[in-house]
Amino acid sequence: MPVTFCIPNYLAAFAGNRSAVKLEGSPATVRDALGELWRLYPGLRDRIVDEQGEVRQHVNIFVGGDAIRFTDGLATPVPDGSEILIVPAVSGG
Amino acid sequence: MPSVQHISAKNGDVVLLVGTMKGAFLLRSNRARKKWDVGGPYSVGSPVYAMALDQRQGRRRLWWAQQSFRWGTTLLSSDDFGKTATEPKTYTVKFPEESGLALKNIWQICLPANEPETIYCGVEPSALFVSRDAGQNWSPVKGFLEHPHRAKWTPGGGGMCLHTILPHPTNNKSMMIAMSTGGVYRTDDGGQTWQARNQGVRADFLPEKYPEFGQCVHKVVRHPAQPQRLYLQNHWGLYRSDDSGDSWQDIAKGVPSDFGFCMVVHPHDPETVYIVPVESDEYRCTPEAKLRVYRTRNGGASWEPLTRGLPQKNALETILRDSLATDTCDPTGIYFGTRSGKIYGSNDDGKSWQLIHEGLPSVVCVRAALIGAGEKSSSRSHRAATKDKASKSRQKSVRGKKRPPAKRQATGRTRSAKK
Repeated sequence: MPVTFCIPNYLAAFAGNRSAVKLEGSPATVRDALGELWRLYPGLRDRIVDEQGEVRQHVNIFVGGDAIRFTDGLATPVPDGSEILIVPAVSGG
Repeated sequence: MPSVQHISAKNGDVVLLVGTMKGAFLLRSNRARKKWDVGGPYSVGSPVYAMALDQRQGRRRLWWAQQSFRWGTTLLSSDDFGKTATEPKTYTVKFPEESGLALKNIWQICLPANEPETIYCGVEPSALFVSRDAGQNWSPVKGFLEHPHRAKWTPGGGGMCLHTILPHPTNNKSMMIAMSTGGVYRTDDGGQTWQARNQGVRADFLPEKYPEFGQCVHKVVRHPAQPQRLYLQNHWGLYRSDDSGDSWQDIAKGVPSDFGFCMVVHPHDPETVYIVPVESDEYRCTPEAKLRVYRTRNGGASWEPLTRGLPQKNALETILRDSLATDTCDPTGIYFGTRSGKIYGSNDDGKSWQLIHEGLPSVVCVRAALIGAGEKSSSRSHRAATKDKASKSRQKSVRGKKRPPAKRQATGRTRSAKK
């Protein structure tokens, strides 16, 4: 079963106007999955992580409903067939 | 999302570039500068701390820095005053991974007149980026990125920002920058090495009041006709240097507060400088609730309040470091934006003022451009100023002020803005 990224509206333009991206292969971790996503759509990388590879403060990534901030971060395992959500956090002022 | 309006500008018009905490706006007027059309917002919802209009080499390219809370900071450009914008696919201004740094904001976009393909950006955390191909490719200036003082620079209230870039108008090897905190630095070898240039500038918030570096400098300006002359608005203190920053003299005589953020030099007179003092570093509002621009016309020997048309009661305003600007017309237009979202302007060198626009988000950046003022106009301006400089060459010293004792010195994608 492929792993599927759900892309937020703002970023769809940098993912070939797709709201979902299915990955070939079986990434073991979120880091691996994101690496494959960057390979397919390089424009997503700078918007989701900073120069140090850290997920931006006001971007949340969920694997199967769990925020990776509260699991193992980028080392969070990605089960086969997972849906990975990239969601803008509540922010601003 | 708000509907986006657009301006159309032709040669001879004046356009104000206004960056706010919720996007960028453009204001256009004809040469009379009395009635203004408003365009925007662009980068809706994102703080825009830096804007510039590149008119070198026949361009008419608007640049601005979009600081998205979510997706990071990037430079955008437009060749049609925002109707269509180019946002790079991958960010162009970014730190190398090995630096250990990550970009937080872009505070300054600088377009040196004598290097028409070069653009500089001053960023947070403090670093200087340069593009030598008119904004396509960028890299950090290594000598500054790896400066041995870096570990001791600490952020001011606005963040650890490099907010002022002053290329020498004729010597491409020389440049000054300023940051909060850290102070003023100068290179004379094209950016390979940088020396702190803060002798005489006070740091009230440090145990040592006149350190080699660490000052919280808010803005530095200079006129191209007198590059060795600099004026500095400090976090407490107004200063002038006549030796390219090697030493600084206090010129805070006749101002209600020597605290403030913004400062501009008159485009045709190196002796004339404008500031908007604010009261104390705790309150940071206009003193006595009076909105007053202060002007010196003698290189800082004395200052006069400019108030005609500005509210003189119930005006608790704050004008930030990049929210004061001039056009290059004669008489010259002076403009400033407030944290309360008002834009004021003068079309007569500051003698009188009018409220140009209000109801904007908090203003953090104002720039003014005379459309069509390319190389020819710049040259005329430079010649006029040089002539003026010669006529005032006897006024070089700061009259009536003693120098303080010398302290130890210590490509992307094009998007419609309507989307």
